[in-house]
Parts: sequence; structure tokens; C-alpha cells
Amino acid sequence: MSNTVFSSNSLRTQPDERGHFGQFGGRYVAETLMPLILDLEREYRAAKADPEFQREFEYLLKQYVGRPNPLYYAERLTQELGGAKIYLKREELNHTGAHKINNCIGQILLAKRMGKTRIIAETGAGQHGVATATVAALFNIPCTIFMGALDVERQAPNVFRMKLLGAEVRAVESGARTLKDAMNEALRDWVANVHDTFYIIGTAAGPHPYPELVRDFQSIIGKETREQIMEAEGRLPDMLIAAVGGGSNAIGLFHPFLDDKDVEIVGVEAAGFGLETGQHAASLTGGLPGILHGNKTYLLQDEDGQIAEAHSISAGLDYPGIGPEHSWLHDIKRARYEPVTDDEALTAFQQLCQLEGIIPALESAHALAAVAKIAPTMDKDKIIVVNLSGRGDKDIFTVAKALGVEI
Amino acid sequence: MNDRISATFAKCREEGRAALVTFITGCDPTPDATGAILDALVAGGADLIELGMPFTDPMADGPAIQAANLRALAAGAKTADIFAIATAFRARHPDVPLILMGYANPMIRRGADWFADAAQKAGVDGVICVDIPTEEDPELGPALRAAGVHMIRLATPTTDAKRLPAVLDGSGGFLYYVSVAGVTGKQQAATASIEEAVARLKAGTDLPIAVGFGVRTPEQAADIGKVADGVVVGSALVDIIAAHGADAPAPLSALTASLRAALEQKEIAQ
Repeated sequence: MSNTVFSSNSLRTQPDERGHFGQFGGRYVAETLMPLILDLEREYRAAKADPEFQREFEYLLKQYVGRPNPLYYAERLTQELGGAKIYLKREELNHTGAHKINNCIGQILLAKRMGKTRIIAETGAGQHGVATATVAALFNIPCTIFMGALDVERQAPNVFRMKLLGAEVRAVESGARTLKDAMNEALRDWVANVHDTFYIIGTAAGPHPYPELVRDFQSIIGKETREQIMEAEGRLPDMLIAAVGGGSNAIGLFHPFLDDKDVEIVGVEAAGFGLETGQHAASLTGGLPGILHGNKTYLLQDEDGQIAEAHSISAGLDYPGIGPEHSWLHDIKRARYEPVTDDEALTAFQQLCQLEGIIPALESAHALAAVAKIAPTMDKDKIIVVNLSGRGDKDIFTVAKALGVEI
Repeated sequence: MNDRISATFAKCREEGRAALVTFITGCDPTPDATGAILDALVAGGADLIELGMPFTDPMADGPAIQAANLRALAAGAKTADIFAIATAFRARHPDVPLILMGYANPMIRRGADWFADAAQKAGVDGVICVDIPTEEDPELGPALRAAGVHMIRLATPTTDAKRLPAVLDGSGGFLYYVSVAGVTGKQQAATASIEEAVARLKAGTDLPIAVGFGVRTPEQAADIGKVADGVVVGSALVDIIAAHGADAPAPLSALTASLRAALEQKEIAQ
């Protein structure tokens, strides 16, 4: 009985059997894709219950990705900010330099299990594209990456990386030629190739079961963090902070802590040039519920439901939607979501370089900017864990340009 | 219920031919131009009209209709324009079925009830929503049915016999068979595979079956017209609008007439 009571009160049992997180999530896809989506769900349930699948996933995370990565006490940053103790979860030390690989390992194992012989993925900055191309090479499955033509220009090094890894990179010329358009084009390709193609979605969004399975694969972040903070401090942290674009690094950190009511949860949205300018990517703060890319979630949109273009200095956050579980956590107020501007992220980016000798991804720099605002307001015996979701080598050209430096 | 859709399919059946269903995107090239374009389709012999609601992210559409969506939005297309076009069309053509086709977000933006009510008042007979499969029917289906507007569903090559009853549950008007797994406009399906699919669908429903995606020429329309109750042509018409803009009505009317003539030849051929 007590078990039943616990699970009905738990926040960790979402989504429901129809793939809904409260009013969010779901399976808003064309009929052509529906049977495949249902297949994927069945196969994912079977894989989840299969010890061999779990064993292979854990083996690759350890021996190929390099997990567990450290939970590092950032002493100089803590001293500089003068408040709560700050720990960094070092996802940037993973193979390929970000959390994205955790999910790609899980999904390529599912693709193999389903007998699919072709991989597609969308990418914005190119990090998910590189991670997908990496696992496709590892498993010897042909791979096509859809990337907005504008992003292809902006992220030339990652385009070359994907090609080195054997992927075909298809520049998408439709729409604003960025991540949203790349996702549209990947969906179009998938509809035309349902029989042999597996779509590795890069974030905890899209039609059910993607938000659930991506979250589950990324939850290794939060599980490790729990163990590591218990070892370091003998207790759970007071606050978790992570940047949210689609929100996979954030939900991966947050999910194992959702039932720990004393752990405050803060997601950080990209406020771009500032919310008041309208040029931002803060879907929760500045958007409304709607339907796009297979799920119901908060979206940047106009009064007729036309989707707005997002803006962020961070290509990984430059998307007008957000994963449906974040929309739900926002509505039930289990998590709060704070906006951080391009400029604030740039400042935090440089601060971490100088104080800790770590170049963070611009996405992660948004989380660090929130830390810089919040930590000083907390007592010194409080603990914050921030997800350092990726390394910033990919961003040095963008940062140089923003700082007016020629390299 | 005064059901224009079933009356139209019944009339075509009496005439021994398939119905011609034509699609264009509303407000392409401009909101003001759409009325004359729809009139040209009717004049050319279209039996049912599908009016596309522009959307920024037309995920199920190929390049031709993607471009049409962008042209419409660039011309300032609003949801209010679509309903104004529908209302005026209904006044000019009291008996021609009018169907709105599009994506979920613009349809639910002001609430499903608002949309269903606006559609009903504008004289819309049915709605096709690409990204609301039967699993998500509560999002829009109940509101439409309550307003007396058909929720017209899509069946595809991946819709097997086991799944078909779920797809049919709550669907009305006709069943739209998407003949190829893919986006609109480009591919052609083999007539044999369409014939087999239509027979499979017919075994599960009394609704008329209209076949679309990849039907471009009178010859293709005639072939499909032999096995289906309706033939949907979209991208080929939208291409004419892309090429001729506001001068599209005359060539649209000509293509529509040749498609209609091809469907009528069935009678002669048999």
C-alpha cells in the first residue's frame, strides 16, 4: 500500500500511457509516422526491461564516453561569488565534449535492436550532429544529418567533423535555415523513409516516446550527481541549475531529484538580446502552449499560432520550443525557469575560463550566469550543482566576434 | 444534416466518375487573390475544395506547398483572412464542399471550440489536420463534431488493417488516402498498390475514399479515378500559382478542366 501511495505522489512517473506530461507532450505526428512511433514505444519498453540492453548501454557509457565524469567543487568560483558552494557536473569531459553523446548511445542501441539500417538527425550548433555521426560510425550505420544552411555557415568546424566521421550533412535551405527548419526537414525525410530509418532526436522533445527515452538516457547525469554529492558532502544539494534549450541536459540532471522536495530546481532559458526586444529563445517565460514537432509544449508564437524565430548567441538554445516535461514542471511549479541574456552568458563564459581554467559551452554559460546571480544570495553552507553540459571550444569564434576580437 | 460532402460524392458516383478534389494554399499569393483562384477551380470542374491554412512549419509538405505557405505568410496571411475567404466562398458557391487543411497549432491557438465554431459559421464542411492523429483526437475532434464539422482523417501506406478502425473512429466526410509514404508533391505511387490499398480501406468503412499525394497529371488522375471515389490534386495547382501569381485563375481553370475531363473519360472508357 505504501508503495502505491508513494508512486501516485511521485513526480517521476510521467508521462502517462498516452505520452502526456499533464497537458503537454503527446504524439502529434502525421499518420504515416504513427505506426512507427508506436513500434518505437514497444521496443523501448522491451529494451528498458532487458538487462542485456542496459549492460551494453552502461558498458559504452563507461568505456567509450568516459563515465562517470567528475562532480567538481569549483572553489575559486565559489569564493569569487561569496555565497553557496558551487559544484560543476563535468559533462563537458565526455567523449565529443557534451552530454549529447549519452542519448545518442542509447538511441543507436535502439536503432540496432529495431533492425534499422539508416540514421537521420537534426542539429543546430552541430553538437548533436557530431555525437550522432560518432555513434553511427561506431555502429557502422549510414547517417544523414540535417542542418540549417545558416548554421552550416556558422558552424563550419562541426560540419567538417561530421563529414570526417562519415556522415552526410544536408544543408536545409527552407525557412530561416536554422534548427527549426532542420527538424522539419528531418521529419520530412523520416516520413519518406519510415521502413528503414531511425531518427535520433537530439533533445527531450518531439513525439512520445522521445521525451521519455531521451530523459531516461540522460538521467545518468542526475544519478551520478546524487552519488557524488553524497560522497563529497554527505547530503543532497540545495539547488540544481542547468541551461534549457530543448532541455535534455537539464531534465537528465533534474529527474532523479524531482521527488526530493528540499532540492530547488532552476532551469535557465536564453533571453537573447533581452525579453523586451522580442529576440530571445525563452519559450516558458515568453511563450504559450502550442503544438510543434510532435509535441504540445510552450512555444514562441504569434496570435495566429505561427511559430516565431528564436534568437540566442548560443546555437544550442536557439529554438522556439522546449521539452514537454519542462513545460509541465513549470506549470506545476516544481521547477522555476530564469531568463539569462547573451551578454550575461558571455560574462559568465569568461569568468569560468579565468577562475577555473575551464572553457564552457555558451549553453552552459547561461546556467553559470544564473549561478552568478543566485549563489551570492545564499548562505555559505548551501550547495548548488550546476550542469556544465558542454565544452566551449566550438564557441570560441562566436565569443571572439561578440567581444570584437579578430582571430 | 445538410451534408455537402456526402451529397457531392453521391452525385459523382451517379455520374459514374470519381470526384475531383483540388487543394490550394489560402492567401497564396495574397489574401485578396484567393477568392478568384477558388472560383477558377470551381469553374474548371472541381467538385470539392481543400483550402490550406498557411503555417510557418509545414512538416508534411514538399517544396511546392512549403513555398506556398511562405508566400501566403509573407503576404500577411492571418487566420481571420482564411475564415473571410471561406465565408465569401460559401456565399458564392452554396453547394461546393469546402475543407480546411493544415496543421494543429494555428487551429488550436484560440481553443478548439473557437476554431470549430468559426469553421461552422464560415460554412466549412470538414477539417483535415495533418498532425493530429487519432491518438490525439481530444485536442480537436470533439469540438469539430459538436459543431457539425467533419474531422477528415488521413490513412497512409503504413496504416494497417489492425490500426484502421482506430483511424476511422470519429472520422467523417471522406477518408483521405495518402498514397505514398512521404511529403506532398513529388512522388507517384503505382496504381496497383493504390487499388489494393483502396480495397483494404473499403473493407473497413463506408466513407468515400479520396486518394492524394503525388497526383499531378490528367493521366494519373484518370488511373486513380478508376479505383477511388475521389482524386486529390494539390502541388500541380500550387505550382501554377507560383508561376502566375494573381494571373493564375485562367491556367488553373484550364488544368482543372483537363483533370475533370480525364475523370469523366472513365465512363467512356468502360
